Amino acid sequence: MMKNRFCLGAVLTGLGLVLAACGAQPPTPSSSPTATSATGTLEKIKNSGEIVLGVRESSIPFSYLDNQQKSVGYSIDLCQKVVEAIKQELNLPNLQVKTNPVTSQTRIPLLTNGTIDLECGSTTNSQERQKQVAFSVAHFITAVRMAVKADSGITDLQDLQGKAVVTTSGTTSERYLKQNEQAKSLDIKTLQGKDHAESFLMLASGRADAFVLDDVLLAGLIAQAKDPQAFKIVGPTLSREPYGLMFRKNDPAFKALVDKTLTRLMATGAIEKTYNHWFMSPIPPQQINLNLPLSPDLKKAFEHPTDQGI
Amino acid sequence: MADYRWNWLIFFEKVATGGERYYQWLLAGLGWTVATSLLAWCLALILGLGIGIIRTTPLRWLALLGEIYVEIFRNIPLIVQMFLWFFVLPDLVPPVWGHWLKQEMPLPEFTTAVVSLAFFTAARIAEQVKAGLLALPPGQSQAALALGLTWPQAYRYVLLPVALRWIIPPLTSELMNIFKNSSVALTIGLLELTAVTRQINEYTFQSFEIFTLATVLYALLALMANRLMAWIEALTTLPGYGLGQGRE
Repeated sequence: MMKNRFCLGAVLTGLGLVLAACGAQPPTPSSSPTATSATGTLEKIKNSGEIVLGVRESSIPFSYLDNQQKSVGYSIDLCQKVVEAIKQELNLPNLQVKTNPVTSQTRIPLLTNGTIDLECGSTTNSQERQKQVAFSVAHFITAVRMAVKADSGITDLQDLQGKAVVTTSGTTSERYLKQNEQAKSLDIKTLQGKDHAESFLMLASGRADAFVLDDVLLAGLIAQAKDPQAFKIVGPTLSREPYGLMFRKNDPAFKALVDKTLTRLMATGAIEKTYNHWFMSPIPPQQINLNLPLSPDLKKAFEHPTDQGI
Repeated sequence: MADYRWNWLIFFEKVATGGERYYQWLLAGLGWTVATSLLAWCLALILGLGIGIIRTTPLRWLALLGEIYVEIFRNIPLIVQMFLWFFVLPDLVPPVWGHWLKQEMPLPEFTTAVVSLAFFTAARIAEQVKAGLLALPPGQSQAALALGLTWPQAYRYVLLPVALRWIIPPLTSELMNIFKNSSVALTIGLLELTAVTRQINEYTFQSFEIFTLATVLYALLALMANRLMAWIEALTTLPGYGLGQGRE
């Protein structure tokens, strides 16, 4: 037994040393041939003849699976345009386009480790995330608000006194609730759902009185609910957030190409057509219409494209 | 990986929302993991012992009850069981109780997680207890009854003391499992170790460091569970029963 214990200690210590060594490694200079930086992503695509898009399974209407399990959505459409531009740029008409499902938790690690090349979802461009990844110019602006049951009588933050509020773990929403001056003075019980569907279930089943999330995602969840009339989105905007397409850092060539593609769509007004298709008309799988007109904020973002994070 | 910025000091940095530091979150998560696991373990041990015993009694209907319990709780995935306890049960009971379960029960996620984990683990412990009892030579119970002991006395003084010593190794695995299984509680919103790990990851995106540390913490918990049981095994070992042989 004694011998065993020493063995184990040695193994654990060894593991620690290996990991410490990983951490101590200086970042590889971008000149090294294996580095996915500088001309990284385009180079990688050229060498492999394929691009891998990170897609979401249920971020309606940005990136989700339809009845045929095919990836569709507003962000997917925009990514397709980027793929077209890459085909032209690299002169690769037969570029293979692969999709790889990602979640809130996996999207950044899978991007940094090279599993996906471009994430087409509903990812907030935040300064914290910019430490690890890079974003395109904003293709959507969302407002963080709360969904409540229509008959609950909750219309504003102060109505949450003594109530239970659910947020989805891994989202930025819970922070805004914690940081909001008005909400700070209230006695609110916070719950966490593991994903949006589960958080919404907590609201629908009465475990939570309000669900704080991006209004567009709330609208999507409500539209799919058994009785959409039973819910409404209320309260002040806790935060405005720009969504962007996400790709690897320190890759100016790739970023320029993605931004150029989106900026051109914004300048020609083509992006509004795409917007109206996904937000103002019936969409699969259930032919629901989200009815979210282009907001003044987003209009401004289309007129003056920016990749500023919050 | 060339683009990944390593930062092993991330745990000592302040949380973006201010006030706390990330290691405090980790400690809180570790606390919930340990509390959930140990409480569930105590309940599961009592329940599993009872059900394991009734599965070996001469009373047919009692043994059948135990059998039904084990089959139900052993065959449904834990993640599904937690979901049922948390989301479905409150809507199956009368509305008054349902409301209490949803809104008024103290620590609903924790309580649900403990109960669910205990029922699931009890089924597995019951099987081990049964196996231990059935592994005894039939002469043991016959001799006990011949001495004039009642069935309960035979179990209490003769059968269980040996059977329970025999099943310490599989129980060790079960105790190590319960720590790992407790991570399923994140699906009902309990902020245990895996949940806070994922949360810190979302705040900082230093995934590799954070999940590495979580892995080490789980390994340490399992190791401590293993050592504790080894100590108990050494403490209770009896000569002549084929127990604790070949171990130093």
